[in-house]
Amino acid sequence: MVGLEHYLGLAAALFVIGIFGLFLNRKNIIVLLMSIELILLAVNINLVAFSAYLGDLTGQVFTLFVLTVAAAEAAIGLAILVSFFRTRGTIAVEDVNVMKG
Amino acid sequence: MTVAGFAFYVFALTVLAGGLFTVVSRNPVHAVLWLITAFIGATGLFVLLGAEFLAMLLMIVYVGAVAVLFLFVVMMLDVDFAELKAGMAKYLPIGLLIGVILLVELGMIFGAWVTADGVEMLAGPVVGEVENTAALGMVVYTDYLLLFQLAGLILLVAMIGAIVLTMQHRRDIKRQNVVEQMHRDPKAAIRMVDVKPGQGL
Repeated sequence: MVGLEHYLGLAAALFVIGIFGLFLNRKNIIVLLMSIELILLAVNINLVAFSAYLGDLTGQVFTLFVLTVAAAEAAIGLAILVSFFRTRGTIAVEDVNVMKG
Repeated sequence: MTVAGFAFYVFALTVLAGGLFTVVSRNPVHAVLWLITAFIGATGLFVLLGAEFLAMLLMIVYVGAVAVLFLFVVMMLDVDFAELKAGMAKYLPIGLLIGVILLVELGMIFGAWVTADGVEMLAGPVVGEVENTAALGMVVYTDYLLLFQLAGLILLVAMIGAIVLTMQHRRDIKRQNVVEQMHRDPKAAIRMVDVKPGQGL
């Protein structure tokens, strides 16, 4: 019988994989953004699992908004990446602090 | 094990495998495709949980828009992945260590999880009576209307931001100037010439 703890454990494992990806790909912005998407997916699984097991729709409404914001953030992150690449010719993250000011 | 349980394990394995191979993949296109695999697994999980509207939304928005956007960017930028992956071996042990610690902590929390008595049902009709999409609609457009409109505003701002960041005005191409075209004076634009037969202009 698949219970709530199975879904929570799965979401926790996916969250940890996302953080692991953040650590591993410090120089590579594209995989960094994808790891952030994995983290957000883990949170979404958590929210929907709770929504299903408590019979409450609030979790799914929250997931809807998290989805919206994640899509907007991915679009902006990639736009920044594209304009960064146009001026620099590389996407090595350690040069990113030249964008400040 | 029931079919639902078996399905859960299949989708869970898909999600975890997709996630893992996304972060360790050497080829950026492969990484995006593994991310799509993870999203497909998550869609299956959401359908199992009875949240079919969110499952389809995940497929359409995440896979159909966000992952395709990632693919576009990956294929458009000529990225030298090899030099970026060179730093991976240096951070692998510390990443693994922090990952394992975090997983153990989360496992301890979820293992000792006890639901409180008197958990109030806050919103939404009972799932059996109304289907998921209708139930979500009944809640989002009434109680969460402000958040819904703000989400729309966020998307608008993101769109404007992306256009502002990436639009380049090129000077070496021809463009139409509609106002100029509309203000053409026929008397000045056309010149009538009397051409004799057999002769050109």
